[in-house]
Amino acid sequence: MNINLTIIGQLLSFAVFVWFTMKYVWTPIMGALETRKKEIADGLAAAERGQHEQELAKERAKDVLHEAKAQAAEIVAQAQKRAAEIVDESKDTARVEGDRILTAAQSEIEQEANRAREQLREKVGMLAVAGAEKILKKEISADAHQDIVTALAKEI
Amino acid sequence: MAGDALTSGEYIKHHLTNLTFGQHPDGSWGIAHSAAEAKEMGFWAIHVDTMFWSIGLGVLFLYFFSKAAKTATQGVPGGLQNFVEWIVEFIDTSVRGSFSARNSLVAPLALTIFVWIFLQNLMDLVPVDVIPELAKLLGIHYMKVVPSTDPNATFGMAIGVFLLVLFYSIKIKGVGGFAGELTLQPFSSNNPIVNLLFIPINFILEFVSLIAKPISLALRLFGNMYAGEMIFILIAIMYNAGLILGLFGGVLQLGWAIFHILIITLQAFIFMTLTIVYLDMAHHEH
Repeated sequence: MNINLTIIGQLLSFAVFVWFTMKYVWTPIMGALETRKKEIADGLAAAERGQHEQELAKERAKDVLHEAKAQAAEIVAQAQKRAAEIVDESKDTARVEGDRILTAAQSEIEQEANRAREQLREKVGMLAVAGAEKILKKEISADAHQDIVTALAKEI
Repeated sequence: MAGDALTSGEYIKHHLTNLTFGQHPDGSWGIAHSAAEAKEMGFWAIHVDTMFWSIGLGVLFLYFFSKAAKTATQGVPGGLQNFVEWIVEFIDTSVRGSFSARNSLVAPLALTIFVWIFLQNLMDLVPVDVIPELAKLLGIHYMKVVPSTDPNATFGMAIGVFLLVLFYSIKIKGVGGFAGELTLQPFSSNNPIVNLLFIPINFILEFVSLIAKPISLALRLFGNMYAGEMIFILIAIMYNAGLILGLFGGVLQLGWAIFHILIITLQAFIFMTLTIVYLDMAHHEH
């Protein structure tokens, strides 16, 4: 309990400890703490920025999607319209073609019929001449009355 | 336990004697063999146990803290670093709370005071006989393990703080400003002659309050720790007084130790806070 030299020893060691703490403990630790604080703040800021950007991107994506949908709908509508047009066109073409074919067929039939009629007429003329020949065997020669027979055949 | 030959009074006295190294009256240097011999050595003697334990604890503190500081990374901190950072941040908050000027010395000073005093006080929780008995086996007869129960230790630190207070008072306010603070308040008058009369009165008042700072700082810590250790010693005496009293003493010691955890932390904290406050006052005109 005596006051003695210890007091000075304590004072000196105290001073040395404080100096040491200041130089080798406090400064590096505070430095590390500051750096970490800054890093965390930066990280948080970056995260916030990222979130913001993500929101923006989402918005943008929604817009793009919207646009794409609209475009798709438009394309579909156009395609449908075009399809209807094509169907109409082909219907028209088909009708015209059908008409043409029909007309051609009708005219051919008519020609055929005419030709048949012609042939029939000739045949009948000839038959009539043959019949007349048989009846009039002696009196009428085919050569002598050729023009009459032809005229008859034409009238039939 | 204390030897059977010791009476309670001797036991207490034994526990309260430092291991003193100094000059014997016959001129030779050596360890004092009794309290009276230690007293005769006067000022030019040193308490080897106080110095050993306080410096040892200080080195322990600095070892762990500088180790944590050296490996301090900005990344995820490990266990030791976490603990050290927790204390450092606690000190930093305290300093920011009560110290308004800018001074890079105050925070490390506060950290050193807090941890060092806490460790010194912590030695109080080691049962009073353990280390002295071990020392006895090594042939050392006196061993007082709690440095803060030695007024030399507490006064050493308080004087260190006081010197810093004086230094910064003079540095910030100048010699004239500091002298004015000591002499021109609390009483002052517009009349110069009356003011002159007030100077000695003011000086007495202010000087006492100035000197009271280190003394109260040192005596508060010393008193609390000394009283605490005294109670531990008194409880330890009960161990020699039969089984029932011994068991009762064990319960008491446990209770007092648990309560003492609060005291040792509180005293370290008070010493630190008052240091910060005194230095803050030294930085400001008032």
